[in-house]
Amino acid sequence: MSKVAVLAGGSSFERQVSLRSGARVEDALERLGHEVIAIDAGQDLIRRLRDEQPDAAFVAMHGRDGEDGTVQELLEILGLPYTGSGVPACVRAMDKVLTKHLLTEHGVPTPEFFAFNQTAFRELGAADALPAIEQRLAFPIVVKPSSQGSALGIKFARTAADVPSALVAAFSYDAKVLLERHVDGRDLAVSVLDGPDGPTALPVVEAVPRDSEQGDFYDFQARYEIGRTEFICPAALPDGVTERAQELALRTYELLGCYGFGRVDLMLDAVGDLYVLEANPIPGLTETSLLPQAAEEAGIGFDELVGRILESAFGR
Amino acid sequence: MSPPPNPPERSTRRDLERYAGLFSARTRVMTSSATRDLMAMSDRADVISFAGGLPDTSSFPPETFASMTARIADESCARALQYGPTEGLAETKHCIVDVMAAEQMTVDPDDVLVTTGGQQVLDLVTKTLIDPGDTIVAEGPSYPGALNAFQAYQANVVQIDMDSDGMRVDMLEETLDRLESEGRRPKFVYTVPSFQNPGGVTMSLPRRRRLVEVARERELLVLEDNPYGLLRYEGDPLPTLYSLDGGVYVMYLGTFSKIFSPGLRLGWVVAPPPVLARINLGKQQADLCTSTLSQILVHAYFEHHDWREYVSALTELYRARRDTMLDALAEHFPPQAEWTRPGGGLFIWATLPDFIDTSDLLAAALRDNVAFVPGEGAFLDGRGRSSMRLNFSGADQEQIREGIRRIGEVIKEQVALYGTLTGESAPAPPRHDAVADAAEHGEAEGARVVELPRRAERERRARRS
Repeated sequence: MSKVAVLAGGSSFERQVSLRSGARVEDALERLGHEVIAIDAGQDLIRRLRDEQPDAAFVAMHGRDGEDGTVQELLEILGLPYTGSGVPACVRAMDKVLTKHLLTEHGVPTPEFFAFNQTAFRELGAADALPAIEQRLAFPIVVKPSSQGSALGIKFARTAADVPSALVAAFSYDAKVLLERHVDGRDLAVSVLDGPDGPTALPVVEAVPRDSEQGDFYDFQARYEIGRTEFICPAALPDGVTERAQELALRTYELLGCYGFGRVDLMLDAVGDLYVLEANPIPGLTETSLLPQAAEEAGIGFDELVGRILESAFGR
Repeated sequence: MSPPPNPPERSTRRDLERYAGLFSARTRVMTSSATRDLMAMSDRADVISFAGGLPDTSSFPPETFASMTARIADESCARALQYGPTEGLAETKHCIVDVMAAEQMTVDPDDVLVTTGGQQVLDLVTKTLIDPGDTIVAEGPSYPGALNAFQAYQANVVQIDMDSDGMRVDMLEETLDRLESEGRRPKFVYTVPSFQNPGGVTMSLPRRRRLVEVARERELLVLEDNPYGLLRYEGDPLPTLYSLDGGVYVMYLGTFSKIFSPGLRLGWVVAPPPVLARINLGKQQADLCTSTLSQILVHAYFEHHDWREYVSALTELYRARRDTMLDALAEHFPPQAEWTRPGGGLFIWATLPDFIDTSDLLAAALRDNVAFVPGEGAFLDGRGRSSMRLNFSGADQEQIREGIRRIGEVIKEQVALYGTLTGESAPAPPRHDAVADAAEHGEAEGARVVELPRRAERERRARRS
């Protein structure tokens, strides 16, 4: 059996989720008979990894540092096998703007968007272009920070008057934000798991807001509040949609160069068109997270899931 | 690598679903949110946090603590380790009578029930009076810990606006009329009249008088929550609602947390005897009795040390910190911001232009290692999104100056960005120089009526039209 360092926590805004993911992974690895070293990623990360000399690192960190290639870069330098995507895939996936450009170039549908740095507004008068953008995207418009992993900072602008404050909010999280056409429809998530025969798409999960008043602004945020959203797996979808969603997820996963596991979030609109919103190189692994639910549906229990992800670290 | 041995025997997800089916309906309101995860970040050691409500227990003399515990070991060890009566120990009640007398209240020890912190009073009173769907009237903003207790019993909470004189009692009366016309009779009014948490304002004497009259006229109970009354930094004490009413319609919540120690978890409730008898039953079900050890400790402290002296030392400490924070706010917050000027207590409530969402602002502030509480948790109706609660008791003066400077910088950045986005003229450059000037500005802000805008309501209306 192996000696595995589980990296969790860190200082990203998703620290709490990451600690829950990490704790579950530790338990699973122990049940699988591995020796586990739990590390809350901080100033002593490198020192501890050097002292402990693990065989591999299981990266259970979300958001900044953990999911954006930073930790992966450090693990590369240490020459330590680690789980999940490598540096370039993390860098691409964590940046929604890069992801969307890549998807567009390769014909994968993603909602139309415009992205700006803060300097565009401060120094280049980009505000004067907002009416043209608003006309092009049509209201409502989704405004989001380019790199934030969770739903933090995502705003829903219904009118032109909402746009400036939505941008101010999004810029609280990142120096780059995007304005995106809103796709009204169903929220889908397709997890992908690598195996001996390459990556496989798992059953589709649908997120359904529980007690929603149709069209209410808070609906949008309610989707991300635990307890206000119900997850259905496998999602009951019209003929062929599941297959198409899985195909798009796999294509996205491969275009980004993801490895080991990942999750792709999509929207299904009223006429049956699918759009890829984003990809998560290290999706949550908590009790309520979507990847474990989808794996379970595919007959892969949590321990087996963790075991397979760990195994892939050695096969890179 | 070979496939892992000992294949999993159980599914954690199925476990979760199995338990989820057993949860009560009232736990449905206990949701987790992204903002709460963000708040958790403020615990990091390198963060200057104005987010807590922590008294400064580091100023309590350890030798006093040692002599108290030694005395208990000597004199009352067996009793301190034993169960006690549900209503509390007689000697602890004497301490309570003493504390209430310091605020000119006369209370019969028989009307007092000792509780596990003030928070238990909120729970017990709500449990005693509220059926699902019953209405509670509270201030807006309110102490989020109280709102959570009310929600846990599935109460409807109606929040009444405040200004610099505390709860708008005229609006309370209008609301009571409206509720009556809808066939709803609130069970009680919850208020923190002195140095309100989180608002930092104090209810004026005329409003106190009127509120007590309203309660009598309408036979309505009032729960007066008074954790900070003795932490007064200026001006003359005002009579409590309890003393104005004589304990007929006013229930009183007190606590040792802010004048001695929150770690002891020691509070109390004073209520009319029939209500207190019911609360006592609820307390029996909840935890039989309050920690005997804590109660004896408080008594040992009151008996052999001057608790008033410690409170006045705390008052000196917090007054200086409040003044530092008010000065720093005047110096570093932009002119579009306004804030309350508390005459006591632990909190300042600051309100920013309504295009700033303080939950998002917190994310930006955390990048600069400084934290506060976003205002949204103090309302149940979507208000408070542009406000924040700032605690000044838990950080030293240097941290306060630096922390407020950092928050001010982030706000100014957002104000400037908004100005750029809307084409509105950029705000006046920050005034780092004139401190005297800034202090004046702070006072003017403090005197101004603190209107707490009904932004969500306005948005909802706009959407409907």
